[in-house]
Amino acid sequence: MSIEVRNLRKTFGSFVALDNISLEMPTGELVALLGPSGSGKTTLLRIIAGLEMPDAGEVHFDREEATNRSASERKVGFVFQHYALFRHMTVFENVAFGLRVRPRKLRPPEAQIRSRVEELLKLVQLEWSGKRYPSQLSGGQRQRVALARALAVEPRVLLLDEPFGALDAKVREELRRWLRRLHDELHITSIFVTHDQEEALEVANRVVVLNNGKIEQAGTPEELYHNPATPFVYNFLGNVNLFHGRIEDGHIYVRGMPIALSPNGHELAHVNGKDAVVYVRPHLLDIALSPNGKASFPATVKHINAAGSKVKVELESQWGDPVQVELDHERYRELGIQRDARVYLKPRENKVFIYQI
Amino acid sequence: MSSAEVRAPNSIASTPVHFRRATAERPLTRVILIGTALLFLSLFLIIPVIAVFSEALAKGVGVYFASITNPEALSAIRLTLLAAAIAVPLNLVFGLAASWSIARFEFPCKNLLTTLIDLPFAVSPVISGMIYVLMFGAQGLLGPWLIAHNIHIIFAVPGIVLATVFVTFPYVARELIPVMEASGTDEEEAAITLGASGWQTFFRITVPKVKWALLYGVVICNARAMGEFGAVSVVSGHILGLTVTMPLYVEVLYNDYQFTASFAVASLLTLLALVTLIAKRLLGGDAAELPLAAEAPPVTAGREAA
Amino acid sequence: MSQPAKANVRRSLLPGFSLTMGYTIVYLSLIALIPLSTLFLETSGIGWTRFWQVVLSPRVLAAYRLSLGASLAGASINSVFGVIVAWTLVRYDFPFKSVIDALVDLPFALPTSVAGITLTAIYARNGWIGHLLVPLGIEVAFTRLGVVVALTFIGLPFVVRTIQPVLHNLEIELEEAAATLGASRWQTFQRVIAPSLAPAVITGFALAFARALAEYGSVVFISGNMPMRTEVVPLLIMTELEQFNYQAATAIALVMLVISFTMLFAINLLQRWTSIRHVFG
Repeated sequence: MSIEVRNLRKTFGSFVALDNISLEMPTGELVALLGPSGSGKTTLLRIIAGLEMPDAGEVHFDREEATNRSASERKVGFVFQHYALFRHMTVFENVAFGLRVRPRKLRPPEAQIRSRVEELLKLVQLEWSGKRYPSQLSGGQRQRVALARALAVEPRVLLLDEPFGALDAKVREELRRWLRRLHDELHITSIFVTHDQEEALEVANRVVVLNNGKIEQAGTPEELYHNPATPFVYNFLGNVNLFHGRIEDGHIYVRGMPIALSPNGHELAHVNGKDAVVYVRPHLLDIALSPNGKASFPATVKHINAAGSKVKVELESQWGDPVQVELDHERYRELGIQRDARVYLKPRENKVFIYQI
Repeated sequence: MSSAEVRAPNSIASTPVHFRRATAERPLTRVILIGTALLFLSLFLIIPVIAVFSEALAKGVGVYFASITNPEALSAIRLTLLAAAIAVPLNLVFGLAASWSIARFEFPCKNLLTTLIDLPFAVSPVISGMIYVLMFGAQGLLGPWLIAHNIHIIFAVPGIVLATVFVTFPYVARELIPVMEASGTDEEEAAITLGASGWQTFFRITVPKVKWALLYGVVICNARAMGEFGAVSVVSGHILGLTVTMPLYVEVLYNDYQFTASFAVASLLTLLALVTLIAKRLLGGDAAELPLAAEAPPVTAGREAA
Repeated sequence: MSQPAKANVRRSLLPGFSLTMGYTIVYLSLIALIPLSTLFLETSGIGWTRFWQVVLSPRVLAAYRLSLGASLAGASINSVFGVIVAWTLVRYDFPFKSVIDALVDLPFALPTSVAGITLTAIYARNGWIGHLLVPLGIEVAFTRLGVVVALTFIGLPFVVRTIQPVLHNLEIELEEAAATLGASRWQTFQRVIAPSLAPAVITGFALAFARALAEYGSVVFISGNMPMRTEVVPLLIMTELEQFNYQAATAIALVMLVISFTMLFAINLLQRWTSIRHVFG
């Protein structure tokens, strides 16, 4: 089922949670709503679910207006951050709940309910847990039960509100992969909310970045990471180094260092004498032991973290700015640098992001 | 993208009138529930309050004041105040001592102690009074000895005070214990390590932390002390002008068919109850609602020690 | 921080244990325990035959029946309406809500004789509510119904105040989850909310029941105190005391005490049991 929201606006008192949001989500996609706290992502999800009412705007399911329908009428599956399992019911009864509360005419016979529940518990790999109570399960298991419960009523769309937020890092990773696989198998339109950019980029096939109630950018994970539309997106998705500078005849001068304008900065070529900010990802800065052209600047190594797939080096530029660089172990061994070493950094110019302020 | 897609909407995009939050009842249900609740509360709470004052003033303000200022009434008021003036401070000290020992230390049979403190709640007021009669009454355990020494407890003021102390002793402790347990021992322990003595710690750290609970405990203890009827009735002997407290006086007047006067005295007690309710609202009243320690950081103790 | 020591008092950093503990125990003994023990002393002097004679006499049995029955009725009424009252106070807004919320504690703060005369005045044949009920053939004052009314009054705050915090802390997500799964509001209440409230309702019921059993002041005015008909146990005890029949009074009181203590014990167990269940939730 496709979902479309148009011109949604929602305020809580004087706080604007959503500011004229319009978005289309085609059938079968796994969409991530990504943003910091207060960006409006959970509000948007809850409005789609029918748990909140927008002040203005519309929600459409499969091209039909659904704005007036209540949550129980919309047939959405909702998974809460803290599971919201019914504590006094067994796992089986939890999953069966949606089927058992159907009006008599639509209610399937008990035998059918039983087989459906068992099928779902098998899908989430919890066949053994039917008679247990939620309190007897781990966090990750509870979330899987919550998922099974939501799927039991055959929803047209699955909505997940920071589903892995309350879990340990390892469990989170497992469940992410698991959700991805589940989606590949079931193909239900799914939308999940997260503040974890790694999660969004890893799991979803479409990411929508929200900030202050507005959409910063929407696209595939690759698009967002490699072609960020705004500094916010750039900053939010991964680490970044910031340098302030001025644009002067085709170059941006950072503390007197000229950097040729990058592909995404060419439209700024005609702007002279304006301030700009250069964003450089840690893996896009090269370390050399000697000066290396006009755009290289000196820095001192402050801290090295070689425990990981990449080596993370923290440096201080000669002007006192903190800089982070990522390199692979081979290059690190080649350089043989240590704490307090004096090195030269140079951005790979064709990959920096320049934003005029 | 947050572009403005200009497309003619299929329907009127207005704020829907009949949308109901997923977790709200139908308006009709809401009205019925509120109506039922209000009806029930009117029958049992609101109308009685109004009735007290209405009956008290039924014969006019003059009679009202006469009812509460005649010598018998004044003596009843005095006795009530006396009983409260003795019971409340005694129970305050008890409450502080008990809550300190229970909330700050671990010891065996702690549960037994807390249950014992709840004793008066398990015992009918009549029985509460009765135990003192059994002990100090003319035919009681100590009866003969007391008569021999011409000491009067039952059917005299001391008996009334004793009974009042018994039925109200849990109140301060019950308010303090949860709050003291919830606020933890860290601050007091910090004060001790900084060199403060036990008393200093107690008055400068502990008491300010629990002051709202303490205040409410005193208010409720006082209300119950001044309002106790059953227990006092047993030990009092109903001697007008001598062993009649205000709640008893209400009964005496009523049994004497002096209804308006009875309600007049009752109205004073009702005012006290209403003041207590207001105090509860202002002071939080419930341990769960009271704010945890906010003021008086151990800096004070530190400066002391320095 | 608090690791219980093996079997002795934990050597705490804080001073004052002996002082406060000592004072507490002495006070408790003097005020409560020693006087209470006279009860048992007196009882031991009765002898079983006399004891059963008193306790099983028709008048006493009638009083027990009335006390237990009316207390049960009052606590039940409070349980049903208490849920409704707590629900409206927690979930809805209406004018003067905070005043009414505060007023719920009135039966707790009001002297029982004041409650007694007021309820009698209101529900008497010519009282504000009484006169409305007379044409319907319902008499409240000086009947068993009057006793139930008084005992409902006295137990009102117990159920409401026990349920309110539980209702307040109910996670709204549970109700939202039920809604997204297609449950109607009533189904959600039945299957999700009510089970969570049940322990609190039972505790409140037990508290109201225990309170009603012990009640004297508010009942003695409205009941008319007719032996065998509208005489409650506390009044019976009082009557025996006034006639200096200490043994009879003690015997009757003892049975009451046993029932009350059992109830208190059960309530404590209930509260511990329900809070443990929820700890894991």
